[in-house]
Amino acid sequence: MTTASPPPATLGTLPKPAKRAQKRPQKRSWSGWLFIGPFMAVFALVFLAPIAYSIFLSFFRNQLVGGNGFVGFANYSQALQDPQFWSSLLRVTLFLAVQVPVMLLIALLVALALDSGRLYGKSFFRISIFLPYAVPAVVASLMWGFMYGTRFGLVGNVNNALGTNLPNPLSPELILASIGNIVTWEFIGYNMLIFYSALRVIPKSLYEAAEIDGASQFRLVTAIKLPAIRGALVVAGIFSVIGSFQLFNEPAILQSLAPNSISTYFTPNLYAYSLSFSGQQYNYSATVAIIMGVITMVIAYAVQLRGMRKES
Amino acid sequence: MKSKISPAVLRGSALALAAALALTACGGGGGNDAGGAAPAEVSADDVQAALEKGGDLTVWAWEPTLEKVVEDFEAEYPNVDIDLVNAGTGNDQYTALQNAIAAGSGVPDVAQIEYYALPQFALAESVQDLSGYGAGDLQDTFSPGPWNSVQAGEGIYGLPMDSGPMALFYNTEVFEKYGVEVPTTWEEYIEAARTLHKADPKVYIANDMGDAGFATSLIWQAGGKPYTVDGTDVKIDFSDEGSTKFAETWQQLLDEDLLAPISSWSDEWYQGLGNGTIATLSTGAWMPGNFTSGVPAAAGKWRAAPLPQWEEGGTASAENGGSSLTIPAASEQGALAYAFLDYANVGDGVQTRIDGGAFPATSAALESDEFLNSEFEYFGGQKANEIFAESARNVPEGWSYLPFQVYANSVFNDTVGQAYVSDTPLKDGLKSWQDASIKYGTEQGFTVSE
Repeated sequence: MTTASPPPATLGTLPKPAKRAQKRPQKRSWSGWLFIGPFMAVFALVFLAPIAYSIFLSFFRNQLVGGNGFVGFANYSQALQDPQFWSSLLRVTLFLAVQVPVMLLIALLVALALDSGRLYGKSFFRISIFLPYAVPAVVASLMWGFMYGTRFGLVGNVNNALGTNLPNPLSPELILASIGNIVTWEFIGYNMLIFYSALRVIPKSLYEAAEIDGASQFRLVTAIKLPAIRGALVVAGIFSVIGSFQLFNEPAILQSLAPNSISTYFTPNLYAYSLSFSGQQYNYSATVAIIMGVITMVIAYAVQLRGMRKES
Repeated sequence: MKSKISPAVLRGSALALAAALALTACGGGGGNDAGGAAPAEVSADDVQAALEKGGDLTVWAWEPTLEKVVEDFEAEYPNVDIDLVNAGTGNDQYTALQNAIAAGSGVPDVAQIEYYALPQFALAESVQDLSGYGAGDLQDTFSPGPWNSVQAGEGIYGLPMDSGPMALFYNTEVFEKYGVEVPTTWEEYIEAARTLHKADPKVYIANDMGDAGFATSLIWQAGGKPYTVDGTDVKIDFSDEGSTKFAETWQQLLDEDLLAPISSWSDEWYQGLGNGTIATLSTGAWMPGNFTSGVPAAAGKWRAAPLPQWEEGGTASAENGGSSLTIPAASEQGALAYAFLDYANVGDGVQTRIDGGAFPATSAALESDEFLNSEFEYFGGQKANEIFAESARNVPEGWSYLPFQVYANSVFNDTVGQAYVSDTPLKDGLKSWQDASIKYGTEQGFTVSE
């Protein structure tokens, strides 16, 4: 917890400059704003304004018949009672609970393997594991979607060649796992890089000290490396939480291949998208987006708190 | 000849928008404040005067043959300058159009809108009622299906551009190989499906993963009228005879796994059409162009035939797809825009578009010898237009889509689609589609009943 709160010493010194400022009240400089101004303007325009507008929208309801009207929190209460919204939230939560640990664990193992220095062709591995991240999510989904095809895709080819009857990865039962596979494939390299760079900055002297103490490789990992990169693990965890709640590209692309497995409310983002673009329910869509934003923030914050508590 | 584009591409190109949506739902406010309720009275003289005066027109359309029409139009009326914009196909374009209308700027003067989506725009008064321009006199110009489709309530909200009278496209090679007759009724169709699939487990009579446009078209052909629309009073009932006929027949194909689970417009679909996996395709008369461009390998193997019938000896058909040209309410150049609509869909533009491979909506063109006698190289020299034209004449009247069909179609796979991947009966699927549509309609302020 200690690192999360600002150092109290700084707070204590604040009143002093304030007193000094009273003596020379005219001498206030605005030049700082000149530097920060352009950023603030863009930030306000592309970040704050859309959020404010979404919140504004969420208090109205625009009907095809009857027009636009102020409805207060009606959209929010509707969303909280909306079985489709909850089912989408439940689905991404399940996804989060299974896919994220698997992905982070693999990424961690790969990063440790690279860092151990016992791997031949290290840079080749590093690049090839990172490469999927360089493939845009849309392309990756199309590619995997093709491989998942049971008729002409890779799964179909395997079935034909070996006479097997592999289960259809695009069926309603397996689709979430199939998407998890795509996301894992895409993001192992990204997370590996976060872990790997954290591992690289551990002072060599720690290893030397451990060696003198006669520590095994396993002890090195558990006693030095893992504690040292806990911050990186927390960061990667938070990114993954946000990513899971924002799951959109992969299901949206696969939907055309498996329309009956991926509903219009498969994930909260897909639901918001469908509401807005198929149903013209902009207001309700904004409400769903805001609720999801808040939930994501809360959970990401919880992950951060928990990660930091472990550290102390 | 409405060109279709794979949903994957549609979604892909919409992703940029979706990204922006992630936290900050993109806004679109009013749209009901257009106030174009009463049709403007514009005489033929006014239209002619506008033509002579000239001006700039912006046209949003994806129909490929319009390019030549625009060229010819500009040559004939040099004072008019037309900017033909492809703002996306189908839903993409509607999204862009709705956003432009909501924003109140950048609205085109002419927009292509498919028949199924037109009521939604008409209802929101986003497009102009053309009866004030004299469109009411065009009743006999167009074939009944398309003409019926551009009307909502008392108004005429677009001029039909093309139409999609349905036909059965079949792979002769597959049918000959297994000695199966081309089905003339849906009963025979199921029989043929069984025979073909038994002879070769890789062959399916058709692909279907649940397609709202297809299902409603077959219900239309069966004489069903699940949607009754009277202003804002809407009745949705999938328990009528036509819908039941469809559900019961199609259920047999589903139960016996006789439909290939391949989604239309996917790579697998094109492959399946090319290599004989998919033996037939029941769709609109705009399909031949897509065959030529998308399935070149199977040239000469495919033929067209009349759509299988629900009753032996019947002739009923239905429309699938097709679109109109409309004038958005926000356009300030109504007279000039109407002149273009008239040229493209009634006047000289019609022949230009037929020459380009479009399937017209005007009766005269449909009945002309030149049109009927044209031979399709792809179909082995078959005069397929005869079949399509016959089909166009046999579309049952009185069908209407929902005033929110775009939404209804979007949840088809959430509801009816479940019958394709689980034990849910198709009938129950239709019922839950009905419930979802009723729920949405009620939320949108309609008076909806079952």
